[in-house]
Amino acid sequence: MSQALKRKLADPRTGGLLGLAAVIAVLPLFLPNNFYYDVAIGAGLSAIVCVGLNLLIGYAGQISLGHAGFVGLGAYSSAVLTVEFGWHPLAAMTAGALGVGILAFLVARPILRLRGHYLAMATLGLGIIISIVVNTEAEYTGGPDGMTVPSLMFFGRELYGEAVWYWIVGAALLFTVWLSLNLIASPVGRALRAVHGSEPAAEIAGVDTAHYKVLVFVISAVIASLAGSLGAHYAGFVSPANVGFFRSIELVTMVVLGGMASTYGAVVGAAILTVLPQLLTGLEDYEHIAFGLILMLTVIFMPRGLVPSFFTIARNRLASAGAPPP
Amino acid sequence: MFAEFLQFLLSGVTVGAAYGLVALGFSIIYNASHVINFAQGEFVMLGGMSTVFLMAAGLPMPVAVVLAVLVTVVLGLLLEKLAIEPARGAGVVPLIIITIGASIFLRGVAQVAMDREFHAMPPFTGDAPIMIAGATILPQSLWVFGGMAVMGMLLWYFFARARFGKAMLATAYNPLAARLIGVNTRLVLLCSFGLSALLGSVAGILLAPITFTSYDVGIMLGLKGFCAAILGGMGHGAGAVVGGLIVGIAEAMGAGYISSEYKDAIAFIIILLVLFFMPNGLFGKRTTERV
Repeated sequence: MSQALKRKLADPRTGGLLGLAAVIAVLPLFLPNNFYYDVAIGAGLSAIVCVGLNLLIGYAGQISLGHAGFVGLGAYSSAVLTVEFGWHPLAAMTAGALGVGILAFLVARPILRLRGHYLAMATLGLGIIISIVVNTEAEYTGGPDGMTVPSLMFFGRELYGEAVWYWIVGAALLFTVWLSLNLIASPVGRALRAVHGSEPAAEIAGVDTAHYKVLVFVISAVIASLAGSLGAHYAGFVSPANVGFFRSIELVTMVVLGGMASTYGAVVGAAILTVLPQLLTGLEDYEHIAFGLILMLTVIFMPRGLVPSFFTIARNRLASAGAPPP
Repeated sequence: MFAEFLQFLLSGVTVGAAYGLVALGFSIIYNASHVINFAQGEFVMLGGMSTVFLMAAGLPMPVAVVLAVLVTVVLGLLLEKLAIEPARGAGVVPLIIITIGASIFLRGVAQVAMDREFHAMPPFTGDAPIMIAGATILPQSLWVFGGMAVMGMLLWYFFARARFGKAMLATAYNPLAARLIGVNTRLVLLCSFGLSALLGSVAGILLAPITFTSYDVGIMLGLKGFCAAILGGMGHGAGAVVGGLIVGIAEAMGAGYISSEYKDAIAFIIILLVLFFMPNGLFGKRTTERV
């Protein structure tokens, strides 16, 4: 293999994407029935949100404790605008994403000019307010019972069934990962890494730190909203169950477990924590304990998360066992 | 008209006093470590729930109360020792994530070890309402005010007069300098968690006869106490108490005059407004960061 090709494959933007595409393409061979497809689609949707959230946590050094609220706003925009107002699903999805983007901007703009972890507090408040509104405005949202959502139409064809949605979500995940990797490799990403390293140093070097943090927050919120819309059309149903504070914490756990500042880590974290509860059925009572422990143990013993730690270990093994450098 | 207003005010001040105690707990840990302890609400839950279960086991109320406070304080100390200390040196974000993990963990343990039902706790001294100018107040509410006043005074004495309290203040002001003059800052951090657990469990026990308790009351009580701490200025003792009272009163007025469905949202609307317009809270000082 030529050196250039090797280097290209080792680059996350080509090799990693190809790997992820291969996993998505091969996975259906191991999915015996619709239930497994459903879990895979759930993992994919969470992964999309986590890739966006990872940009914020891993690169802007801020936490959002209300991301489930943005997912919920996307889902409910799709539901309410199509059912109550007769909008086209794609128009509803776009409107939801735009609305969430504007909301995220309005909240983040004043707050991210301050230094410190005020965004965590603001998103926490915002997420809970969204969840209360969704539960209360039963006239539009069906309240705690939720509401049904029509299927997504695409060029006159109704997108329906797990097998179809698997590929839609798979493609959306690939696109999100590609977007995230490109963003990180762009001047924006470089500025963000500088912000994460030392904010004052970044500012002195001429980086408008607040601007970049707001930008990343808005992007991650919009991604969450789009994933929420997709999820609503796939399930054909929305309910407040997945809009609450605990879901926001689950999303943060996924990012932390997989590895902060690692796009593929976010995907791995989302996959593990979506599949895990399915394996532990009958032990639902212990779900809180498990999530809490995973969060604490990961941060204490493996602060960089699964994927980055795995690669460090693998590289060290290769270096110590491998041949002398050419 | 006035009686109605007074009624809302009294119930607001009652819960507000409990929020104030929770907010004090946030402030003490924040001062010692700059960590926002999201497990604070679970201390409140543990206080109330343990008392209920110890009483169900046949213990007389005073014994159950003391034991419940002890259990919570021990758990608070363990949290610091087992989860916060091993991660010292990590940034603030990882520490916040650890406390979030701890809160979910404690909630999960309570749900498995105790149960998922709502529990009523008998009031300390009867439940005959007392009439004040057309409004009524439960004797338990007086216990809540009294509890907060006593705790507030004890804390004031501790920080203003006791040697170790001063050491804690010194650590809050400048950890390195405190260490240089011989303050055991690790002990300070440990004690801050114990003290917060104490305040949280007392709030939980005082409030349980009025509001019921269950394994998940800690989420909302914790988050609202947190709103109160931000409103008062994070790390400011009197601010935490005032913040708690304001959040409690605003909530009761909002539920009474605007919409009872959005009662729980009011604290969070306050938090957003505070962050937008006065991020240092009512009493917090403007801080500048040294680079």
